Amino acid sequence: MTRLLLVIAVVFALGLFIGVRVSRAEDPYIVLASTTSVDNSGLLTHILPAFKKASGIDVRVVALGTGQALDVARRGDADLVLVHDPDAEKKFIDEGHGINRREIAWNDFIIVGPAADPAKIKGNKDIIVAFRAIWNANAAFVSRGDKSGTDALEKRLWKAADLDPAKAGSWYKDIGGGMGAALNTAAAMDAYTLADRGTWLSFKNPAQLTIVLEGDSRLLNRYDVIELDPKVHAQAKRDLAKKFADWLVSAEGQSAIGEFEMSGQKLFHPEADPKPGSTAS
Amino acid sequence: MSDFGEAAALALKLIVNFDSGLFAIVGLSLSISLTAVAIATIIGLPAGAALATYRFVGRHALIVFVNSMLGLPPVVVGLAGYLLLSRVGPLGSFGLLFTPGAMVLVQATLTTPIVIAIVHRAAEEQWAKHGEAFQVAGATKLQTLPHLLLIGRSQVLTAILAAVGRAISEVGAIIIVGGNIDGVTRTMTTTIALETSKGNLPLALALGLVLITISIILNGLAFALAERKTIS
Repeated sequence: MTRLLLVIAVVFALGLFIGVRVSRAEDPYIVLASTTSVDNSGLLTHILPAFKKASGIDVRVVALGTGQALDVARRGDADLVLVHDPDAEKKFIDEGHGINRREIAWNDFIIVGPAADPAKIKGNKDIIVAFRAIWNANAAFVSRGDKSGTDALEKRLWKAADLDPAKAGSWYKDIGGGMGAALNTAAAMDAYTLADRGTWLSFKNPAQLTIVLEGDSRLLNRYDVIELDPKVHAQAKRDLAKKFADWLVSAEGQSAIGEFEMSGQKLFHPEADPKPGSTAS
Repeated sequence: MSDFGEAAALALKLIVNFDSGLFAIVGLSLSISLTAVAIATIIGLPAGAALATYRFVGRHALIVFVNSMLGLPPVVVGLAGYLLLSRVGPLGSFGLLFTPGAMVLVQATLTTPIVIAIVHRAAEEQWAKHGEAFQVAGATKLQTLPHLLLIGRSQVLTAILAAVGRAISEVGAIIIVGGNIDGVTRTMTTTIALETSKGNLPLALALGLVLITISIILNGLAFALAERKTIS
């Protein structure tokens, strides 16, 4: 009996010992519901220490697709959101959940695909023409299918091309996953996919994938921070969240975003950087 | 094969260099899983033994229920936990969502049926063998419970180890209620999921190897303790 008790006691003691260590006194914190692209690319890891230094506030990042991030905030489980789907953001604000939307950064979406380019997209700058070419060639295409900002844009682009992915053949692969999962799948299947440049540049397993189309002004990708409306979300840490949102658009925050580079390339442009084209949606 | 070689080398490097980030993550993983299993043990040991000795209406249904819960999909437990702990959920006021506490809760939910089911099997066997003797000696059923657990201690240990195995390897539930927040709720398994999504496959696999190593050490310790027990 004593030995059995000993085994159990060791398990308990270990659990509790480490548990106590983990639940040490904490700095003030906010929960940021964000998109995977700003987190997985390393942008937040790069800029958050500077904010912490300036404010003493910890930002706990829950990285999800934009649709899911907004849902988490709708349920009151985050203090502010950082997302990139203008339509979904507008709905979120119209429903009364969010206030004070501000653009903090932008970059662009790109089409990546196999270097062999079976749909012959390379050299083309028109995204709609490219989508039609993929459709007509029945070339493998990976769709996020997760209601993320990237997924929403992809669906809008098919619509703009008068094509309905629901009627596509088996070449259209709806994986219901994040950007990383989509890139891993595309790399394994020699497929095309729509990706945000930040995730693409920081992705470590590109295999034979390469950028086949970039530079269409319809592929602009803007990131917005939205605070929660205290009238609806009384529990949100409004003051701390506002400090972070203000910092993101401040000169200090903007320069931290602008100086984030990977292998010499800028992943995100500060809000004030001139955007390509003016008809961007 | 080069992938596995690269991963093994990386795993070794992480361990040998006492990578501080890695050790924090391992510590959090262990603390969450072991706390969850401690809760599962506190509930599961008496419950499993009682299920073997007491006779009451609905006992068979309860046994079937507990055994079915062995196949509980973690992602469903995570989702249910999320809905319960969310601000607008019934337990939202505790503010547990996206904290280690929430992760302990879902893992305790996942592991308690394992402990109950295995302990029940063990205690039932011992009860069939020794139950009459206990009753002749004048012991109440309540008094026999600890003795049944003692006689069946090796299976009780198996139950606890099975629970630890389930908890430490689980990702579906904790990633939903924990949110995989860096430095707060990021564990071994959620890190592996994250690094995989970043295409950082060698690092993900290396972390997997570290996880397996920890599992071997835990089980080795338990085995050594059990062996000493039988020798003495």
